Amino acid sequence: MSRALPVLTVLSVIVLVWYGAAIGLNAPWARDQAARAGEALSPRQLVERTMTQERPVLPAPHQVAKGLWDGITGQKITSKRSLVWHGWITLSATLAGFAIGSLAGILLAVGIVHSRVVDLSVMPWAVASQTVPILAIAPMVIVVFASAGVTGLLPKAMISAWLSFFPVLVGMVKGLRMPDAMQMDLMRSWNASRAQVFWRLRLPSAMPYLFASLKVAVAAALVGTIVGELPAGATAGLGARLLSGSYYGQTIQIWAALFAAAALAAGLVAIIAGIERATLRRMGLAR
Amino acid sequence: MGEIKARGVSLTFQTADGPVHALKDVSLTIGKGDFVSFIGPSGCGKTTFLRTIAALETPTAGQIRVNGMGADEARRARAYGYVFQAPGLYPWRTISGNISLPLEIMGFSKAERRERIARVLDLVELSGFGGKYPWQLSGGMQQRASIARALAFDADILLMDEPFGALDEIVRDRLNEALLELWRKTRKTIGFVTHSIPEAVYLSTRIVVMSPRPGRISRIIESTLPRERPLEIRDTPEFIRVAHEVREGLREGQSYD
Repeated sequence: MSRALPVLTVLSVIVLVWYGAAIGLNAPWARDQAARAGEALSPRQLVERTMTQERPVLPAPHQVAKGLWDGITGQKITSKRSLVWHGWITLSATLAGFAIGSLAGILLAVGIVHSRVVDLSVMPWAVASQTVPILAIAPMVIVVFASAGVTGLLPKAMISAWLSFFPVLVGMVKGLRMPDAMQMDLMRSWNASRAQVFWRLRLPSAMPYLFASLKVAVAAALVGTIVGELPAGATAGLGARLLSGSYYGQTIQIWAALFAAAALAAGLVAIIAGIERATLRRMGLAR
Repeated sequence: MGEIKARGVSLTFQTADGPVHALKDVSLTIGKGDFVSFIGPSGCGKTTFLRTIAALETPTAGQIRVNGMGADEARRARAYGYVFQAPGLYPWRTISGNISLPLEIMGFSKAERRERIARVLDLVELSGFGGKYPWQLSGGMQQRASIARALAFDADILLMDEPFGALDEIVRDRLNEALLELWRKTRKTIGFVTHSIPEAVYLSTRIVVMSPRPGRISRIIESTLPRERPLEIRDTPEFIRVAHEVREGLREGQSYD
C-alpha cells in the first residue's frame, strides 16, 4: 500500500495535467466552431466540447483509451484496423532485428576483446554507424532492399538491428573486459586456454552487462522497426498507423498507436528482466 | 621437485618517465620444502620477483630455473599454485565450484575433482562450506578457500602474495598457524610476500629482505627457530632476536636514499 500511493499520485498528476492540456489546446477550435454557428458557450459546454472532438489537437486520455480499446478488441485481429494485427507486424520485425542485432553485437564484442586489430578496425565504424540519423538512413535501406526485390519484414529488421547491435556491443565489450588483472593472472598460472578463459571467466562476468544492454537494445529495436515502417508506403505496422494517422489528422489513432508501441516496448523489456532475474539467480549472483 | 634457482635476474619496466628497475641482479636458491618470506618496503620488487618466478613477468636479464625447467615451462607444467591478496573467488560459483575451476581447466575427471575438493576443503578446515557462495563466507574463510583452490591440483610450489594483508590481526594469527600446519602436512615449497616482520619471522625458514630503487636483495636471514612453532614462540628471546635482525636488514636497505 505504501508503494501504491506514490505511484498512483504520480499517475493521477500526469492524467490531470494531460486533461488540462487537452482542454487548453482544443478550446480554440471549439470556440471557433461555436462562433461560426453563432452560439455562446458556457464554460461547462466548452470543456465538454474539448473532449469530444473527432480530430483534437491533443486527445483526452479517455479518448485515447477508447481508441486503444477499439483497436485491440473492437476489430477482428486480421483486420487492417486492428492494433493487434499492426502490433504483430511490428513485433515480428522487432524480434528478428533484435535477434540479428544482439547476435552481431555479441560476436563483434568477442572479436574486439580478443583482437586489437578487430578493435581498431571495427569500433570506429560501429560508433560512426550510430551517429548517422536513422531517419535519413531508413528510407535508403528500404529502397535498396526493395530494388533487390526484398520487401516486408527483412528490411525493417535490418534497420532495427542497426539500432540494437550497438548497446549490446558496448555492453558486452565492457562486460567481457570486467575480469581484473588478478583473475587473468590466476587463469594464466593454471595455463588456461583462451577458450577456457572465455567460457569460464569472461562470459559469466559479462552476464549482468549483457542483460542491461539487451534491455536498451530491445527498446531501440522497436524504435528502429517503427522508423523503418514510416517510409515503407505505410501499409502495415504501428509505424504505418502513426503515418496514416498523421496524413488524415487522426490524432486519436496516432496516440493509440503510440501507446500500443509503448506497451509493446514495456512488455519486451519486462520479459528480458524476467529472464535476467532467473539467470542471475541460477548463477548465484542475485542475493 | 619444488626447487627454484634464480641467477642474476633483472627486470626493467619501460615507462613514460623512463626505465624503472624493478629487479636488479637478484640471485637466490629456494630448496624443496623451504618456506621463504620476502619482506621490504613498497617498490622493493618482492611481488615482482614472485611474479617472475611464476612466469607472470619475464625477466629482462638473468634466468630462473624451476624443477630444472624454465619458469614458463614450469608454469605450463602447472608447477605453481598462486594466492593473491584478494581471494578472487568467482561470485557465480560455490566454494566447491571455485576450487573445481583449476581442476576443470586441467582436465581432471569428475570423480577425481570431487575427491580432491573434499580433501583440500578438509585441509583448510572448510569442510561443510563447499555448497556456500563466497559472499556467504567471512574474509578469512574466503582466503582459506582461495588457498584450497591453489592446493587442489598438487603444485609443488605455493606462491603467496600478501595473502593475509587485508585481514585483521586476530584472523591473521589464526591463518598463520593454519598455514604452518598445512606446510608441514603437504611439504610444499612456499614463497611468501609480506609487509609484516612478525609474520615473516613466525612463518619462514628463511627471510629475504629486499630494498627498493633498484629492487634487490639486501640480506638473507636463516631462521634459527625450530620447525614446530606454537604462536607463543613469538615471545621467546630467539624470535625477538631474528625479528631484530630483519628490522636491521630493512633499515640498512633504506640508508641508500
